[in-house]
Amino acid sequence: MMNEQRREFIKKTALGVLVGLGAASGLVPAFSLEKTVLPVWDEKPVPGKIRWGMLIDTRKCKEGCQQCAAACHHAHNVPDFRNKKDEIKWLWQNPYQKVFPTASQQFVSKEIQDRSYLALCNHCAESPCTKACPTEATFKRWDGIVAMDYHRCIGCRFCMAACPYGSRSFNWQDPRTAIHDPVTTYPTREQGVVEKCNFCSDRLVKGQQPACTEACPEQALTFGDLNDPRSDIRLLLEANETMQRKPELGTKPSVFYII
Amino acid sequence: MIEKALKGNRSYWIWIAFLIAVIANGLSAYDQQRWFGLTVTGMGRDISWGLYIAQFTFLVGVAASAVMVVLPYYLHHQKEFAKTVIIGEFMAVSATLMSMLFILADMGRPDRLLNIMLYPSPHSMVFWDLLVLSGYLLMNLVSSWAMLGAERKGVPPKAWVKPLIYLSIPWAFSVHTVTAFLYAGMPGRHLWLTAVLAPRFLASAFAAGTALLILVSLILKRTTGFDTGNEARTKLAVLATYTGLANFFFLGTEFFTAFYSNVPAHKESLQYLFFGLEGKCQFVPLMWFSLISGVASIIVLLVPALRKSTPWLVGACSALVLSIWIDKGVGLILGGFVPSPLQDIVQYTPTATEIFVTLGIWGIGILLLTLLLKVVVAVKMEKEQ
Repeated sequence: MMNEQRREFIKKTALGVLVGLGAASGLVPAFSLEKTVLPVWDEKPVPGKIRWGMLIDTRKCKEGCQQCAAACHHAHNVPDFRNKKDEIKWLWQNPYQKVFPTASQQFVSKEIQDRSYLALCNHCAESPCTKACPTEATFKRWDGIVAMDYHRCIGCRFCMAACPYGSRSFNWQDPRTAIHDPVTTYPTREQGVVEKCNFCSDRLVKGQQPACTEACPEQALTFGDLNDPRSDIRLLLEANETMQRKPELGTKPSVFYII
Repeated sequence: MIEKALKGNRSYWIWIAFLIAVIANGLSAYDQQRWFGLTVTGMGRDISWGLYIAQFTFLVGVAASAVMVVLPYYLHHQKEFAKTVIIGEFMAVSATLMSMLFILADMGRPDRLLNIMLYPSPHSMVFWDLLVLSGYLLMNLVSSWAMLGAERKGVPPKAWVKPLIYLSIPWAFSVHTVTAFLYAGMPGRHLWLTAVLAPRFLASAFAAGTALLILVSLILKRTTGFDTGNEARTKLAVLATYTGLANFFFLGTEFFTAFYSNVPAHKESLQYLFFGLEGKCQFVPLMWFSLISGVASIIVLLVPALRKSTPWLVGACSALVLSIWIDKGVGLILGGFVPSPLQDIVQYTPTATEIFVTLGIWGIGILLLTLLLKVVVAVKMEKEQ
């Protein structure tokens, strides 16, 4: 009898303490166990005002030149494991039939077949990856960028299965051992989370162009606001015939190519 | 009631000790994986899900198949299933637990598991899957435990038990439908991007699950003398036969659409699995073995004389379970990643660590099932005496 009462008492006290802690952390910000600062939401400008996009003029892309990818991977502490299985890449070169597998492959000119084509996250307007993410660890920002919260990602890799462009990489092991020349301007990641191109949101806030765009010696990359009809990228899109990757999937990629 | 699981003969304890050894081995492999990361598995950038997610998919099916005995027994009062129904429900409990553990094993950051509930995202199918799976686990465990407890005391079950069981019937369908929707809604994964995926999941689940239930009931008869009855097993065999037929019919429709339409994206994965692509044919022998053993087992089960003979029944059920395990637990998940979004054909071979973790989780599930069934047998045998 005594024992049962005591057990009941302990149970109720513990429950009370838990409820109190929970309520306190929810109501009083100072008591919260975890704090999240999301400037993306705090300083939210008019929604849909900007949609960042990129146009790649593949005609200007010089064979053997890797400066864009090197600049990107260096600026973002992208590890290099030197093996295909654990590979992490944000921006990389591929042959035509790999980047545009659903475009016509018959009787393509040798010149087009010999060129390399950059692949990166398309920052889709209708992004399947953000839809698949169960924790909002990958989400669409107000400016069209598909962003990653490395601290929220649970590593389920649903976004990787959902992405039709193979643009996402997973940290199969600790990436910090494979960053050969680390920078202090962008955080490194931990084992077990997904990462990808962030359209250099870290540089955009400082008023800089994306690292790849800046690094290209041929000015083959144009970065700009797709929603601004007078932007360079929009003018180039008007003046040229361009392509998106797998447009038939309805993802509305924000990366365009001049072939 | 659980104390009944603590009394057993020598072979019972040897079996328990064996399972614990398998689990311990799995835990030590998992410790490796936690420390070094998922790089210790065969998965990689292109094939980013492997054995774990495949087992998850197969086991959700086994879990859902409990409805094949629950529905006829509780809704249509098919009395032959009186002794089988609780075995089916406890099988669902262990299968659901295993499928959830496989999700956990696959996660890069399992320490952040609760993020799924902290940041609920109804647009993500994983959120719904976690809801239906945990609901299904609780529902089956609570209702079958309550039914067994009432039976032991010789009293009618509490009033809330029946409604809970009725709820578990549509819930079982939802569990496997949501699991199919995890895959079937992804653009660019054409093996999965098909409306027939959910119906096919249900059909293959009901076939493999009932076949497994027949095997478990035969094992129980052999090891404990507790017999659920030939009549129940024969009825289950008929259910397995026709759901199995439905499964292969759906597979046939997939083949027709892919190969008659001749759309490359639709046929490439099937072609890779069954015929090989660009000279790479890692899974071809396995897939044909699955197809042939599945069809053969159904032919055997279709013949009344054969399905009533225990050796034939055991052979056919084992072959059917194996066939669907390969089809769903290997082909479907891995085939979905080949070719990759950039048209690469990548091989996947699970590592020893990955296999040990997998066996460990199976060990946990089978241990739980053993303990639950031990209680069932003790209670039922006590009543019979």
